[in-house]
Amino acid sequence: MKKPLSISRRTLLKATGAAALGIIPAGTLLVRAAGKPHPKALQAKNWAMVINAKLCPPGCRICQEACHKVHNVPNMPDPKQDVKWIWPESYNSAFPYETHPYTDQANEKRAYPVLCNHCENPSCVRVCPTKATFQRPDGVVMMDYHRCIGCRFCMAACPYGARSFNFKDPRPHIPQLNPAYPTRTPGVVEKCNFCDERLAVGQMPACMEACPAKAILFGDLNDPASPVRQALASNVTLQRKTKLGTRPKVFYIV
Amino acid sequence: MLEHAWNETGPRFKAWLAALLLLIGIGGFCYSIQLGTGLGVTGMSRDVSWGLYIGQFTFFVGVAASAVMVVLPYYLHDVKVFGRITVVGEFLAVTAVIMCILFILVDLGMPSRLLNIMLYPSPGSVLFWDMVVLNGYFFLNLLTGWKVLEAEYTGIKAPDWVKPLIYIAIPWAFSIHTVTAFIYSGIPGRDFWLTALTAPKFLASAFATGPALLILISLALRRFTGFDAGQEAVRRLSIIVTYAMSITVFMILAEFFTAFYSQVPSHMYALKYFFVGLYGGNSFVLISWIFATLCLLALILLLNPKTRGDETWLTVACASTFIALAIEKGISFTVGGFITNPFGRVTEYWPTAVEVGIVVGIWALGAFLLSLFYSLFVTVKRRSERGIA
Ligand code: SF4
Repeated sequence: MKKPLSISRRTLLKATGAAALGIIPAGTLLVRAAGKPHPKALQAKNWAMVINAKLCPPGCRICQEACHKVHNVPNMPDPKQDVKWIWPESYNSAFPYETHPYTDQANEKRAYPVLCNHCENPSCVRVCPTKATFQRPDGVVMMDYHRCIGCRFCMAACPYGARSFNFKDPRPHIPQLNPAYPTRTPGVVEKCNFCDERLAVGQMPACMEACPAKAILFGDLNDPASPVRQALASNVTLQRKTKLGTRPKVFYIV
Repeated sequence: MLEHAWNETGPRFKAWLAALLLLIGIGGFCYSIQLGTGLGVTGMSRDVSWGLYIGQFTFFVGVAASAVMVVLPYYLHDVKVFGRITVVGEFLAVTAVIMCILFILVDLGMPSRLLNIMLYPSPGSVLFWDMVVLNGYFFLNLLTGWKVLEAEYTGIKAPDWVKPLIYIAIPWAFSIHTVTAFIYSGIPGRDFWLTALTAPKFLASAFATGPALLILISLALRRFTGFDAGQEAVRRLSIIVTYAMSITVFMILAEFFTAFYSQVPSHMYALKYFFVGLYGGNSFVLISWIFATLCLLALILLLNPKTRGDETWLTVACASTFIALAIEKGISFTVGGFITNPFGRVTEYWPTAVEVGIVVGIWALGAFLLSLFYSLFVTVKRRSERGIA
């Protein structure tokens, strides 16, 4: 049994001071100050996602719009320096070198949502020189925007192109600010966080909730009864670039 | 010894320093632009997230490591002729490390948080180890170079603890470039980098670049200051350049074989991109052919004992070696890893004026420091040879 967290006023003050100096990430502080998790917080041993791409119609961007809106993801004017958390790619691009010219035309046109795979063996976490990106015990690969030095080693190390760098100030390019979620400064890396801020208060990921086709499933990979495991047991699924050993946890029904 | 060195410099030298200061100023100005707007002012992108800065960093780690090519023969094999230039090599290493640290600094999105690398040490990260070995190498060379020169100035033998440090610096030199290579060669999904050959190739090309630069520096010192490293030292260095350059080119060709004989697409893409262009992207084709031509020219001139022995041809060979490898390691290698991007597409990269300005500023700073070091060195040599302490 874990001991309940109790924080004396003194330690809290110390922590606040440290946070003000930027030593402790503000997010951590919120959790610590709260003392115990939200009563409705969703918990799992190993969060994972299954995307039934057969249900994703061509040109659909509903999940992207929902995600980018809640997370204050900007629309950068230069597409080469854009910031993206989840976005559609064609089958050929999501699974490069694993196709041939004669594949099913309908499949070619489908919008495969791609995002951080929250790999079980994440190379981005391995290379980070400050532990600004780290893996939580529940399998979510997180970013600490307050610790990131912007070296971009993780971007080189991620084989899925899941990470974006804030080349310029993102704030003027956020279409509609969501005050409940922080914005980022120029010079730090960001990516999908499996909606950890929503899980913490009992909500499922924004992309999943927004999807009208119910193409996205989310759950505990370690729980045989979870919707994710059931979908994996009854469908042929693919992961992106399995040969690299990163063990991605976003699965695609194709 | 510092005050003597400064008093003995002439107006020409001071004009040279002033010109370098101007370039440093331009670099500083460009950096202030980058600090204001962010790395968006560079040519880098989501897909090519490292560019000229990290390439230059990699290249100068090689230059720093190559000092060992004069220190090692002198201390381990008693090659006496290098005695006059070991300090030249050590100061070159110190300067190169300073440049490396600056290249990292200007590449950071959040330079103010640089110290986070030390506040949150992450032994799993190669970048963390790179910082450790680079700093160690910096102090080893600064200390030993300075103490040896001071000993010569005062005429009193260097303290006993200097010797062991010199010996430690030898394997340390190999470590800095190996760790730098591991930044690249340990990353899944970047097939151009993901080869065990990366570290050996880095070392070989560094041992061609550094001695080539030392030859050029020695010839320049003789011309402008009258300090002569000695013909024998230059001859021996030229042999080192010849071997190292041949091995480097051999390794590059071996990479071509593996890629094109195996026909594995992801291994061919970067090489195709460099030499013929890929999916419409061809910004590297011109400099890649310049690289290949210079390599060939350098090899022909170096392998032929007649041209190698001739000072003019040797200068051409060394300059070609240096420029060719500055292209390869200074920019192409870094960008090649991002071809293609994770979705099988090609995103082009080319440095912007701001990026180039910053790089020129750092080069100028390196030349500035080196000039000061060397003027000090030459003065000390002159005085000790004239017998004035
Ligand atoms: S997909 Fe990329 S960013 Fe996400 S955990 Fe895997 S390696 Fe890291």
